[in-house]
Amino acid sequence: MRLAKPDERGRFGEFGGQFAPEILMPALKELEEAFIEATADPTFDEELQHLLSTYVGRPTPVYHAKRMSDELGCNLYLKREDLAHTGAHKINNTVAQALLTKRMGKPRVIAETGAGQHGVATATACALLGLDCVVYMGEKDIERQALNVYRMKLLGTEVIPVTSGTGTLKDAVSAALRDWVASVETTHYIIGSVVGPHPFPWMVRDFQKVIGEELKEQLDGSPGAPTPDVIVAPVGGGSNAMGVFYPYAGDDGVRLVGVEAAGLGISSGKHGASLGEGSPGVIHGAMTYMLQDDFGQVLEAHSISAGLDYPGVGPEHSYFKDDGLVEYHNVTDDDAVAAFHKLSTIEGIIPALESAHGLAWIMANADQLRGQNVVLNLSGRGDKDVQQVAALYD
Amino acid sequence: MTDTGIQQLDVMFGQARAENRAVLLPYLTAGIPDFESSVAIFEAMSDAGADGFEVGIPYADPLMDGPVIMAAGEYALDHGVTVDVAFDVVSAVVERTGKPVIAMTYVNPVLRHGIDAFFVKAATAGVAAVIIADLPADEAAPFKSAADESGLGLVLFAAPTTDDARLDRVLAGDPAFVYGIAEIGVTGERSEASSNTGALAARIRERSEVPIVFGVGISTPDHVAKASEVADGVIVGTAIVRRVMDAATGEEAAETLATFVADLASATRR
Repeated sequence: MRLAKPDERGRFGEFGGQFAPEILMPALKELEEAFIEATADPTFDEELQHLLSTYVGRPTPVYHAKRMSDELGCNLYLKREDLAHTGAHKINNTVAQALLTKRMGKPRVIAETGAGQHGVATATACALLGLDCVVYMGEKDIERQALNVYRMKLLGTEVIPVTSGTGTLKDAVSAALRDWVASVETTHYIIGSVVGPHPFPWMVRDFQKVIGEELKEQLDGSPGAPTPDVIVAPVGGGSNAMGVFYPYAGDDGVRLVGVEAAGLGISSGKHGASLGEGSPGVIHGAMTYMLQDDFGQVLEAHSISAGLDYPGVGPEHSYFKDDGLVEYHNVTDDDAVAAFHKLSTIEGIIPALESAHGLAWIMANADQLRGQNVVLNLSGRGDKDVQQVAALYD
Repeated sequence: MTDTGIQQLDVMFGQARAENRAVLLPYLTAGIPDFESSVAIFEAMSDAGADGFEVGIPYADPLMDGPVIMAAGEYALDHGVTVDVAFDVVSAVVERTGKPVIAMTYVNPVLRHGIDAFFVKAATAGVAAVIIADLPADEAAPFKSAADESGLGLVLFAAPTTDDARLDRVLAGDPAFVYGIAEIGVTGERSEASSNTGALAARIRERSEVPIVFGVGISTPDHVAKASEVADGVIVGTAIVRRVMDAATGEEAAETLATFVADLASATRR
């Protein structure tokens, strides 16, 4: 059963909690109180809704991808988060958290980014609201997402390369948390996914659930707008998936499918399938499925998609997995790239490599989806990935 | 009969109190630069006046640690220092120095071992107490009962950001001692002595007689002297780890640290 909110220990079932250094505990409490207070305050919601409609461009449309549908034999609908300002769903959360930052009276924001979409969305919200912004980004990701790095700089944000570990999303989250340990009195950490210690997973889910709520209104069973049979979303940390799944979780007759990165193939060991192949542990402050070795050391993840290259996952996804509310599968780099090409050529939509994982699962399972209404949460646009994909064919 | 971990700590704090000084607990990641040198370095620090040790069990994603201890942890992991090897280091240190060892790690390696199994192993190795850097009092209950079961202490934290209500909660968790965080930030050397120690120690003393040990950012004899005025103990970490990582050989590290730790130890006298 889906939970309106985590329990008093910040847990979704056994998952979640607050495994954070003591220095941060008061800030987590302050954040929880500010979040509860803000969401109960009509002026906060008014301001947020105003920005979501006039600045972010919500509601994002649902598009019936007819040519792709014909080819697959199902009715494929795309929830167009790629059309939100800055090109991904990430902005839903950053605008809301930036408003919250103002409310808490903190002048500085830090964030982590993998693919750069959350970094750009945070930089954007901070430019909009006049907040200082620092984004931590792994050096490997800086290389593969050069365009987004420059966008953040244009927006007035300082991008700090993270060289520790593998130089990817995990290391960026850790570096941001280390900054926060030192700067907590003046700084809010706008975490980019439904991960981290309580109240982050709950708060980010609530700021992202607008995706699924809109979808319910848009596909309401009226003529030309059939209700979904299957909703598919990519899962790295899991914020876009949580946003679209949560309002549907537990609804009869709607199958929810999260797609993780199988990277070079599950058997290669180089993947990002925390839910599919991991085991429960504590990463970045929360109990959740994660990739770890026999000694409890965090393992490196791998994915061609920087946003899915993460060895943990939001704790509520772990709860959904164990409770059977959502099924989680995975897709390789190669299949994701093929789907990336397919949607570009057949629909004129270049998807983010993250979103392409969702489409790749649909393509691979077209037989069992025949005749069904399938929604793909098209979490982001693929402009940022064009250079990287082009390099594969050099 | 061997003393329990808690008893070992009581003796250590009691002796220092009688001598009107704080205890000095150097921190060093287990097994660097190699097993034998590591034990020899602890022995040299013991001879130089350390009262006990904090031994770091390396973890791949240490959120409370700055670059120096992080790099030492990576080095140790690359050289095969698992939890079991770290406990072997502890056994050897306890055997050769007879001084209490506090093991420091993060939540996940403990969970992966199984909380009870970890504490049983720790007790067998001769550990006196355990510090878990990402374990706040709120999540500590299962760890505390496992520690009690094995006669070990569990250390809990108080930071300058910890408000009174949280401080009560930390103290209610019955820590072996309170690890007072001297600087708001991750571990690492600082140029100035902490200005937080006096106020934080006073707030703890108002509420409890539990020993207070300050760490984070305490890097020089001057820093030690200042923290020792108000605390029962001080932990010096990064300044020690850096000297080991910078030394050309284990022998050189032991020599350098013998001098440095002697200076730190004399600064603990009030």
